[in-house]
Amino acid sequence: MTLITVERKVLEKNDVVANDIRSTLKSNNIFSFNLLSSPGSGKTSLVERTIAYLKDKIALGVIEGDVQTDLDAQRIDRLGVPVAQIVTNGGCHLDAGLVRDALTQIDYTKLKVLIIENVGNLVCPAGYDLGEDTKVVLLSTTEGDDKPLKYPAMFRNASVLIINKIDLLPYVNCSVKQIREHALAINPALKIFETSCTTDEGIPAWCNWILAQANQ
Amino acid sequence: MHELSLAQEIISITEQYYSSDENERVKSIKVKIGKLQNVLPDSLEFCFNALIQNSKLERAKMMIELIPIKFECKGCNDISEPESFLFVCPTCGNSDITIISGNELTISEIEFEDSLTN
Repeated sequence: MTLITVERKVLEKNDVVANDIRSTLKSNNIFSFNLLSSPGSGKTSLVERTIAYLKDKIALGVIEGDVQTDLDAQRIDRLGVPVAQIVTNGGCHLDAGLVRDALTQIDYTKLKVLIIENVGNLVCPAGYDLGEDTKVVLLSTTEGDDKPLKYPAMFRNASVLIINKIDLLPYVNCSVKQIREHALAINPALKIFETSCTTDEGIPAWCNWILAQANQ
Repeated sequence: MHELSLAQEIISITEQYYSSDENERVKSIKVKIGKLQNVLPDSLEFCFNALIQNSKLERAKMMIELIPIKFECKGCNDISEPESFLFVCPTCGNSDITIISGNELTISEIEFEDSLTN
């Protein structure tokens, strides 16, 4: 019998690439975040409103991750910022290798902020380091206030929570107070923003946080 | 279903330990999964078994050890094993804690079958 003690991380290959990306972005003074949510929470809408608010203030670029189609990249392209599309062809998450390839499609050296919009999924992307500075999780009021408890790993791994679609609060059975309580019980260090991509409420506060991170 | 990607990574790491012996076969692989990792052991095993046909891993059994979540309170230094994902010290109510286990996702051991020629 030959028994070999291995003790190696299953995702070690991903982590090596992620660390390469992190040092590349750092050496270019680029602040990056990985934007995560379920499908339909408003990730692309938030990216659009963020671009509209920040475009004249700082150089932004976007990597769009989707299971199929480049529809989201088309939406971002119309706003006149550099965008690269990753189509995972059924894959449920982005990995660092996909992000490295996407970075070759844009001239990232001129950027100060890189937004990586992940595939809509609150489970699988949580464990994959993409080389980002931080993870931002987006939860919309239409999804219900129990989601932090149902997907704890995602909320534990993120440093920012955005509660989106707050303009719909009068019409949905959702308590922002409950979302906050549940999310903070899982991750007391979470910074929380409340936004609406329809009325732009909360967008300036969120964008000013990005500016502060990028200018650090 | 990121278990499929994880099974592929596990196989690719295992392949690095193969010798040049074509008849060599892997008997078992021990994998540690922390409960914070969102990995379904049954799905991982299913994906692994689907990928190992006609290879040195074809008879390999994946043995999964589930690692509980444990954290240490930075206030009173108590170590707790929470039932849920609520990271609050049950002793003093402090939420400033350090996770000490539950994030594992590692291959710990690979065992090869005895060679028929030995």
